[in-house]
Amino acid sequence: MAVTAVSGADVRRPVPRLRRLEDERWLAMALLLPTAVLLGLFIAYPFIEGVLLSLTSQRVGVPGEFVGLQNFVKIWNDSIFRTTVWNTFWYTGVTTVFKLALGLWLAMLLNRHFKGKALVRAFILLPFIIPTVLSTFAWKWMFDPTFSVINWTLFQLGLITTRINWLGDPDLAMTSIIVVNIWRGVPFFAISLLAGLQTISPELNEAAAIDGARPWNRFWYVTWPLLLPVTMVVMLFSVIQTFADFQLVYVMTGGGPANATHLFATYAYQLGIGTGLLSEGAAISLAMFPFLFIIVVVQLLYIRRVEIR
Amino acid sequence: MAKTKRRSVLKLAGGAALGGMAGILATGRTPAFAQQKTVHWLKWVDFVPATDQMFTKELMPAAEKDLGIKMKLETVNGNDLQPRITAAIQSGAGPDLIMSFNSYTHLYANSVVDMSALAEDVGKREGGLYKYARAICSDGKVFMGMPWAVIGGMIAYRKSWWDEIGVTKFPDTWESYREAGKKLKAKGRPLGQTLGHTFGDAPGFSYPYLWSWGGKEVEADGKTVVINSKETLESVKFMTGFWKDAHDEGGLAWDDTNNNRAFLSQTISATLNGASIYIESLRKPDQYKTERGEFLNKDILHAPLPKGPAGQFGFHLLQSNMLMKYSKNQDAAKEFLKWLHAEANYRKFFESQKGFATPCTAKWESDKLWDVDPVMTPYKVAARLGQAIGNAGPPNAKAQEVLSKYIITDMYAKAVQGMPAEDAVKWAESELKKVYAG
Repeated sequence: MAVTAVSGADVRRPVPRLRRLEDERWLAMALLLPTAVLLGLFIAYPFIEGVLLSLTSQRVGVPGEFVGLQNFVKIWNDSIFRTTVWNTFWYTGVTTVFKLALGLWLAMLLNRHFKGKALVRAFILLPFIIPTVLSTFAWKWMFDPTFSVINWTLFQLGLITTRINWLGDPDLAMTSIIVVNIWRGVPFFAISLLAGLQTISPELNEAAAIDGARPWNRFWYVTWPLLLPVTMVVMLFSVIQTFADFQLVYVMTGGGPANATHLFATYAYQLGIGTGLLSEGAAISLAMFPFLFIIVVVQLLYIRRVEIR
Repeated sequence: MAKTKRRSVLKLAGGAALGGMAGILATGRTPAFAQQKTVHWLKWVDFVPATDQMFTKELMPAAEKDLGIKMKLETVNGNDLQPRITAAIQSGAGPDLIMSFNSYTHLYANSVVDMSALAEDVGKREGGLYKYARAICSDGKVFMGMPWAVIGGMIAYRKSWWDEIGVTKFPDTWESYREAGKKLKAKGRPLGQTLGHTFGDAPGFSYPYLWSWGGKEVEADGKTVVINSKETLESVKFMTGFWKDAHDEGGLAWDDTNNNRAFLSQTISATLNGASIYIESLRKPDQYKTERGEFLNKDILHAPLPKGPAGQFGFHLLQSNMLMKYSKNQDAAKEFLKWLHAEANYRKFFESQKGFATPCTAKWESDKLWDVDPVMTPYKVAARLGQAIGNAGPPNAKAQEVLSKYIITDMYAKAVQGMPAEDAVKWAESELKKVYAG
């Protein structure tokens, strides 16, 4: 076989650019780049645009001018906005507590061995899988002032004599949307916590049982501390989603009756789209940010503490 | 024979090609054979399905043939028009013509093309534009939208049920309406009215109700808020008792479809609505029958909202078509609108509606269509009785903000939920002041 001699001068040096990728820092940056671009394009850019928008007097089709914090002052003096803030906190707080309690309960049950376990687990996810708008319409029908199947059932059982005005009474309307949110959110908690439960070695519980720990003590001193990091992350996601909820309220009540169920997102939509006040709508959306930011920071700090422990 | 060089042939061909392209680019127009323009029209899904079918099957192909353009008709739910308009204006691209509801015209005034010439022309030809249509579509200088039609809101009521309580002529005052309603509610057949957050029936009731008592949002200057008046307070006080005495109290949560369902399933005896309840009962006569097994459509009549101390009013859904400023087909879109408003073409729309929509010009009031079905006759004056929001000021963007925030409707909703009438009016006053001061 002929061997071609290659002169030393022909040996090509590696291209410096490629060599640079051998450096882990550069490689990491290169690999992170697509994600950073996506985040920048779809998260950071709209966010900054939103901030800029909230500082102007822009309406639909009217560019407006810089007005500083005027929009924020205006919404602060707006009684509907104050109702909205209260509603959002109440809605998020109550639903999160119930979703956690019910989700955890369900997860504990699903963690046991029983016949048809896989099927039940799949069915549990249904409320979470069905598009929210569709399922909310079904709930709207169930709470319908005239044709409510819930009222009909209660009436047939002899528990009520007059119709319950589910979506027409301010407190009941809030309760109704809370019920629907809990119904939709419990599967997410249940499945995520179930995943967490399955990472806990059964031996730990068995050992505690052998030592004479009763079921409640086993849960409180063994399972719960080990499940806490997962629980906190699940709660974090849930709080963010619930705080910014839109579709459920928009479909069920449109923020009514008399603004009793307005949340940040629905009120921002009403002002931004319904009234064309883009900048005020943006200000309301952004007003969510400091609240959410504080909640998220507190939760993340707590998660870190739990993990270190 | 002269020798033709390869290079010169290439030069010639290249020159011609480049010249052609450069010419096209310079004019900004495609060559004539590819010049068919597309006009994109976005409108609501009509409550009368036959109308949309007629548009797709008849009018759109006819427009394409007559005008040599291509038509793209898109229909969306009425509640989805605003998000589409906002997105289109902000991005500078979208449908050439968009249907507007009520004062959207004032809200998007900066983004639309003046339609004065066509509006005045049609008005002159058809016995004059109604004041209502003019107030909503024009700011006095330009027409932001081409007036299209008014979807009249009248009270649909069950004749036999009203006869049973001895009321053979529909009440024409709030007091007599309340008295009759009280008797009907006692029989389990209340009046049905929404006070919820819904675009049509809620303000369609609360605004004319306020006006009929003499209540006003602002003075004619469009700035001085005068809602906190003796007249408004009277109207709110009356409403609280009226609600308890005569109404289905579930109405606080109704949207625009609830009263249709309630009426058709015979749980309410009267409700303010477009003619859609009656039209639905005509469409499916076998499905909707009275408790005596008769056709429900034979037992429905229509009447305008009763009078108050200050008169009788209506606030109806006025539709217009806005030609968007960003449109690259403005000429073609204008031509299409002109064509659409030619009597022969507009008549096809008018007749397909069977009275559900009332035209914006006076001439149509005497059309023979109104004699075909006496049940629909009251709708012929809907546009004449109509008054625009923001009274006594103009129906501008501020008035639209008040409407979008449901402040007038919520004033009544709060009172019937138990808030003292004085507080409900004060709440509305403070909200209105914030809107009109901004």
